[in-house]
Amino acid sequence: MDHEFRRRLTDNRMALAGGVIVVLLFVVSLAAPWLAPYDPLAMDLTRILDPPSWRHWCGTDQLGRDVLSRMIWGAGISLKVGFVATGIAVAIGALLGALAGYYGGWWDAVIMRLVDIMLCFPTFFLILAVIAFLEPSIWNIMIIIGATGWMGIARLVRADFMSLRERDFVTAARVLGAGDARIIFRHILPNAMTSIVVAATLGVAGAILTESALSFLGIGVQPPTPSWGNILTAGKDNIDIAWWLSLYPGLAILITVLGYNLLGEGIRDALDPRLRDGR
Amino acid sequence: MLKYILKRLLFMIPMLLGITVICFGVMHLAPGSPTDLQTQMNPRASAELKERLRAMYDLDKPLYIQYGLWVKRLLVLDMGKSFAPDRRPVTEKIGERLPVTITLNVLSLLLILAAAVPLGVVSAVHKDSWFDMAVSVFVFVGFAVPTFWLALLLMILFGVDLGWLPISGLRSLNYEYLPPAAAFWDLVRHLILPVGISAFGGLAGLSRYMRANMLEVIRQDYIMTARAKGLSEFQVIYKHALRNALLPAITILGLSIPGLIGGSVIFETIFAVPGMGQLFYMSVMARDYPTIMGILFIGAVLTLVGNLLADVAYAVADPRIRVG
Repeated sequence: MDHEFRRRLTDNRMALAGGVIVVLLFVVSLAAPWLAPYDPLAMDLTRILDPPSWRHWCGTDQLGRDVLSRMIWGAGISLKVGFVATGIAVAIGALLGALAGYYGGWWDAVIMRLVDIMLCFPTFFLILAVIAFLEPSIWNIMIIIGATGWMGIARLVRADFMSLRERDFVTAARVLGAGDARIIFRHILPNAMTSIVVAATLGVAGAILTESALSFLGIGVQPPTPSWGNILTAGKDNIDIAWWLSLYPGLAILITVLGYNLLGEGIRDALDPRLRDGR
Repeated sequence: MLKYILKRLLFMIPMLLGITVICFGVMHLAPGSPTDLQTQMNPRASAELKERLRAMYDLDKPLYIQYGLWVKRLLVLDMGKSFAPDRRPVTEKIGERLPVTITLNVLSLLLILAAAVPLGVVSAVHKDSWFDMAVSVFVFVGFAVPTFWLALLLMILFGVDLGWLPISGLRSLNYEYLPPAAAFWDLVRHLILPVGISAFGGLAGLSRYMRANMLEVIRQDYIMTARAKGLSEFQVIYKHALRNALLPAITILGLSIPGLIGGSVIFETIFAVPGMGQLFYMSVMARDYPTIMGILFIGAVLTLVGNLLADVAYAVADPRIRVG
C-alpha cells in the first residue's frame, strides 16, 4: 500500500464508512462471547416472542431466546461464510483466469466457454439443488457458493494477464530463465492483485447475501446455530405477531453488505481515479 | 440477420449440453438417493425392494447411460415422470407453472426498465444535484438489501398492519365468484408485492448503469453538434442522448435474467406463488430428480433465449451493429 493510495482511500468518506463497518463487524464477531448479553442457545419458555424491551433489546424468538445475542453470534457465521466462500472463488477464478490469459489458444477457448456456461445459468437454482442434496452444513455452503461465484474474477484476471504478459518485465523474467509457473505466480499475479482485491471485497458481500437467502429458505445454516438468515425464517413464521424477528436481522445483513460494497468501491476509486466520474 | 439467429440457436445446443451435464453430474454424485424417502421410513423395506425401486427409476444404470436416456427422451419433449407421489409427467407439471413465472419476470423486467431509465437519465443530466445524491444512496442500499427481507417488511406493513394487500397466493378464495373486473383487480393486488420487490432487486444495477452511460454519451461530439444547431435541451437529452445511452442497457437487461429466474425461487416461496420457482423448491426438498432436471433445463433455455433476444434487439435498434 503506497502512501498516495492510502491518502486517496481515507479521503473517500464512503470507503472510510465501509471500512469502519467492516472492522466493527470483525470486533463484534470476535468479541461475541463477551458482548452477547445472553447465551444465544438458552431458551426461556416464560418469555416467548417478547417484544423489544430493556431486558431484551431486540426481543425474543419463538423459543424465548434473546434475538440480540443470536444476531451477535450470527455475525461471526456470516463473516466466516463470506470469507471462505470468496477465498474459494478467488482461488478458482484467479487460477483459471491466469491460465486462460497467459496461455491463450485452447486454454482460453475452453475456460471461457466454461465461464459462459456458468454465467448464463440461474446459479441460485444450482446452489439450492446441491446444498439440499449434500445435507446443508456450513462447509458445504461455503464450497458451493465459492464454486459458483468465480466467473467474474476469472474474467478480470484473464484480461489483466492478456495485457501484462506482453510487458517488458515478463520478457525480462523469461530471458532470465524463469519458468511459466514462476512467471505466472511471482511476476504477473502480483500485478493483477488490485482488481482481485476489489472483486473479492464485493464478493464477500454477495456471499453473505446468498448465505442469508439459503438460511432463510431453511437449507443454509441449520438451527439451533444462529444465523441472520434463519432468524428471518422465524420472522416469516411469526409474521403477524413478531415484527422484531424480521426487522433486526435484515438490518444487520443490509449494513454488513453495504459496508463491504462501500469499501470495495472505495478501493477501486482509490486505485483508479479515472473511474471516479464514470459511475 | 436470420443467419445470425440460426447460428446463435445452433450454438445453444452445446451450451445446453454443457449445462445439463454439469447439473446431472452434480445431482447424481451427491450422496443419498431419491428412493431413500420412500424406504427410510419403512422398516419392512428389504434390500431387494430397494433395488427394484432403483431399477424402476433407472437409477441402477451407470451415470452416462442415465444421461443418455434423459437426452434421448428430451428430444421428443419428454422429461420423464415426476418422482413425487402424483407421478405426473414433468413437462405437464412445469407447463402449468411456467406461464406464472414468465409473467412475473416479464412484468418485473418492464417495471425495472420503466423506473431505472428515468432515474439514471435524470441523475446523469443533473449530476451532483440532490436528486443525483438521493439516487446514489438508493442504488447503494438497493445493492445491499436482501430482497427477501424487504419482502417480509412490506408484507408486515401492507399485509398485516395496513391490510391493504394480500400476502400470499395469486388469487383470493372467492376468485371464481368475482365479476371479471373485480377478478382482474384481485389478481393485480396479488401481483403488486411480488413483482414490485422482484423488480427492486434489478433496479439498482440498471439505473446506475444508465447514469454512467448517459454521462458518457453527453460528453460526445454529436451532442455538442445537436446543441450547436439550436435544438432544445429536451430534444438533445431525450432524443439524441437517450437513444444512444439506452442501447447498452438492453444487454444488461439480458444479463439480469438468470438473477431474476433464480430469485423467483425466493419470491414464489415467500408469497406462495404457484410458479416454477416454488415447484423447484418443493422438488429439491423431495429429491424429485426428473422435475429438478426439467426446471434447470428450462431455466437455462429461458436465460439463453433471453440473452439472444437482447442481442437481436440490440442489433435491430443500433444500425451501427452489423451481425452475421
